[in-house]
Formats: sequence, structure tokens, C-alpha cells
Amino acid sequence: MRFLSEKLPGVAVLGIPLLWISVFMLLPYAIIATYSFWTKQYPTFSPDFQFGNYLTLFTDPQYSKVLIRTLKVSLLVSLFSFLLGYPFAYFLAFRCKSQALRTWLYMAVIAPLWVSYLLRAYVWKTILGTEGVLNSFLMSIGILSEPSDMFLYNQFAMVVTLTYIFIPFMVMPIYTALEKIPRNLVEASADLGLRPIPTFLRITLPLSIPGVAAGFTMTFCLTFGDFVAPFLVGGPDGNLVANVIVTQFGTALNWPMGSALSILVLVIVLTVLSLSGRVERHYSPKEV
Amino acid sequence: MVMTLSTPRVAAPVKKKRSVVQRFAADTAFMTFVAILMAFLYIPIWILIIFSFNDSRSLTWPLSGFTLEWYQRLWNNSQLQDAIGNSFYVASCATVLTLLVGVPAALALHRLHFPGKTVFRRLVVLPITLPGVVTGISMLNLFRVLGFDLSLETVILGHATALLAVVVTQVSARLERLPKSLEEASADLGATQIYTFIHITLPNIRSAVIGAGLLSFVLSFDEIPVTFFLTGRDNTLPMYIYSTMRRGVTPEINAVGTLIVLFSLILIVAAVIATRDRKH
Repeated sequence: MRFLSEKLPGVAVLGIPLLWISVFMLLPYAIIATYSFWTKQYPTFSPDFQFGNYLTLFTDPQYSKVLIRTLKVSLLVSLFSFLLGYPFAYFLAFRCKSQALRTWLYMAVIAPLWVSYLLRAYVWKTILGTEGVLNSFLMSIGILSEPSDMFLYNQFAMVVTLTYIFIPFMVMPIYTALEKIPRNLVEASADLGLRPIPTFLRITLPLSIPGVAAGFTMTFCLTFGDFVAPFLVGGPDGNLVANVIVTQFGTALNWPMGSALSILVLVIVLTVLSLSGRVERHYSPKEV
Repeated sequence: MVMTLSTPRVAAPVKKKRSVVQRFAADTAFMTFVAILMAFLYIPIWILIIFSFNDSRSLTWPLSGFTLEWYQRLWNNSQLQDAIGNSFYVASCATVLTLLVGVPAALALHRLHFPGKTVFRRLVVLPITLPGVVTGISMLNLFRVLGFDLSLETVILGHATALLAVVVTQVSARLERLPKSLEEASADLGATQIYTFIHITLPNIRSAVIGAGLLSFVLSFDEIPVTFFLTGRDNTLPMYIYSTMRRGVTPEINAVGTLIVLFSLILIVAAVIATRDRKH
């Protein structure tokens, strides 16, 4: 009895999650990994082991173009989120004097995460559309004489929308990293005669790199796999990788190709994760 | 020599004055920047809300008049109400399931040492960064292989898997801040592990568990990519809205949106209150 009450909790505590992960994560990944080597023989597929699907991904411009576009959009979204998010997080951590204002502003950036992601994408469609809020507003104040279609259904619209959606994921880790920096380091640097900007570049920025890396990882990976925003605001040339995956499993009925693409996304995400993990470790303050 | 030595003393007040001016300029710049970012984040949400009360089918400026028509239509839309019911069902079940698996996973990571622990940790938190489309596709194939029909229940399993990462990271973070001495003292006094968990560990991580549960609920309520692949004939609320959007922009979506914003706001307040640690 004593043995049971000592060993059983440990077994259950580890066993349940382990079983869950094996059945609902490892097994499914193994299945699509297997499919990715199969051959398509319209209208079905036959078991096989060949790298043709992966080869097609990189050689067929239909796929490689989408991959490059996805990479570009993801990098732009991460970059814009960083450019907007870093100064904001810096202001919160170092410049904001009032604790109440800091709490409110931090909450204000995080709160949109709780508001439906779909609606946040949708609202940009209503703003940027030809018959949308921005066009009609610009016309009503006389800047435009007729509605312009330059705002919606292009990569610009996609980058704006996705930046809007994912920016909290950039602000959170950067703010956490900045907050951890001991204030006396910055003060010491000032006392030693370094001006604010060199102090920032040589002390604050390097110490906040782990947060930046975490933020880049989140915004990059989330954008990389998004298919809703491209669908709503991306237009005909705005398909990203995830849209193509959806098509392969839907109308195109090419599961092996869709699986190969999914595995590629999985590998890219894992690569980004391990790279950013390395960066974070490299820049983390060493234990003394 | 004398000149060079005395120069700093003369220059000091001037330098100080300049730094005050610079500081003021920097503060103003920061404030402007923060204001612009806040406008970027919140003007769209206000646009969503304002147009839900606008008396026109098209979403164009200037506003034409006040109406509650779009809300009335929601009230009479039975498909929408079914979708809302389904979403509550899915989000509640997925939250309970993910907590039942996630809290033990966090405990295992915190307390146990076992081979493959690093891989286990990486796997558990992977869905935070792994796009939902991969989770959705891979689980869809699992259910096909196993011969399961797609239904709201398969959606629940999908959500619970995707949200595991949220629960594990939040609960782990809290466990790490918990002093080990508490549990050790309990064990030294002869309490069993189960007793210690219920009376010592659980009360201390309670607010983190509640917070993680609320967040899981919201994320599940709002989930599209996994639901997209795993749902059968029944629609959840976001899937219903998504399919409405395919047909175009209508103020009815703004009305649903406004209600969702309101609902989210209530949940945020609830989360802030629930996760606020009582100070002794």
C-alpha cells in the first residue's frame, strides 16, 4: 500500500501526458511523415518511398514561389512587430514613471490577444477594402477622388494585418527581458560617462536579445503557418504555404504533397526554435 | 593646462541644461510613439464596434445613422446560436481535458527526472509555435487512419492537444517560483504525495491553473486552423463567422464581433481578478 501511494502518483503524473503526446502528437506526425513519401495516383495515393514530393517542393516554381513569399511575409511581419514593439517595451520598462500607467499600457497591448483573432483579421478587410472605411474616409476628406484598390489584396495588406495580430507576441518577451536588466548596470554605464545611446547599444540591447529572439520566433512561426489572413486580405497572389496545404488536402486531393509541405513547415519551425534557443543561451546573463 | 582643467566645470551647467532638453524631447518622442501604437491597436476595434450600429449595409464613411437591426438579425439567426452553443461545448471540454493532461505534465517536468525529459519538454510546448495547420492536418490523418468520424469531439481532442503548451508553460512558470521547502516539509511530516499535492502544491498554483484555464477557454473559443480540419458537420462560432466572411463583408459580422469583444473584456477582467495573488 505504501509502495502504491509512493509510486502511483509519479506514474500517473508522467504517464497521462506521455500517452497523450504519443497518441495525439507523435503518431500523427509519423503518419504525415509516411504519407509525404507516397506517390499520388489520381484519384488516390499508393504507398511508396521516394523523395519526389520534396523535390517538387523546391523545383516546381508553383511551390518554391509560395515558399519564398511566405518566408518574406513572415520576416517582414517579425521585423515590423520588432520595430513597433521594441520601443514600446523599452518605454514601459525604462521610461514609464508611473506603475499604474505601465500596468495599463502592458494590459492594453496584451488584451487584443483575448479578442478573436478572426475578427482582428476581418476588421482590416473592412478597413482596407475598395468599398472600405479607409477609402471612403480618404474620399470624404478629399484626399482621394475615387476609391483606390491599392490597399487590399496584396502583400502590404497581409503584412499590416499580421503585424497587427501578432505584435503582442513580440512585446511580451521583450518587455520581460528588459525588465530583468538590473538598473544599476545602466546607471553604472552613465556614471562612467557613456551617453544614453551608446549605453543602450552596449548594455541594454545585448541584454535584451533573448527576448527579441523569443519574439521573432513567435511572430515568424505564427505568420509562417497562417492561412486565414492571407485568405481574407491577401488576394489572388497572396497564398502562403498554409493555404497551399489546405488546397492539397481539399480540392487538389494530393495528400502526399500536402503532407510533404506540412513536414517542411514542421522542420522550419523546429529549425527556427533551435536557432533562437541558441541565440537566447548565448546572450543570457551567465550564472556567476 | 589650467584652461583644459577648468573647461568641464564651466561646461557642466550648460551640459545639464542640454540633457534636460534632450530628455524632454526623448520623452515626447516616446509618448507620441506609444500614442500611435495604441491608435494602431485600438482604432480597428472601435471601427468594428461603431459599424455594428451603423444604419447601412456597406461599411463606408461617413456613418449614416444608428440602428440595432444587425443585432436583431443575430437574435433571429438559429444557425449562429447553434454555433455559439457548439463553441461553448468545445471550449469547456477542451479546457477541462487540457488541464487534466497539462497540469500533470507540468508537475512531471518540475519534479521527476526521467530519460528523454528534454525531448518531452520540447514536444509539450511545441504547439505554441507550431502553426495550427500542421496540428490540424496531422490529427485529421490520425482520425482517418483510426477510422473515426469527424465531429465536435474530434475538435475537442485537437484543441486539447494544441492548448497543452499554454497550460504547461503557465503552470511550470508558477511551480518554478514555488519554494521546494514547502513540499519537503510536508513529506517530512509524513504526508503522502497525493495529500501533499492536494493540500500544499495545488493551493499554491491555483491562480496559475485558473489563469491557464481561462486563456485556454478563450483560445479554444476562437480557434480556426485546427477546427477547420477536424470538424464534421457542426460549426463552431469562428467557423460559422469564417464561412459568412467568404460571402462578403456585412455589418452582422460586426455585431457578432462587438459581442465577442464585450465577452472577451469580461473574461479579461475575470482573469485579472482570479490570477491576482492574495497578499498576506
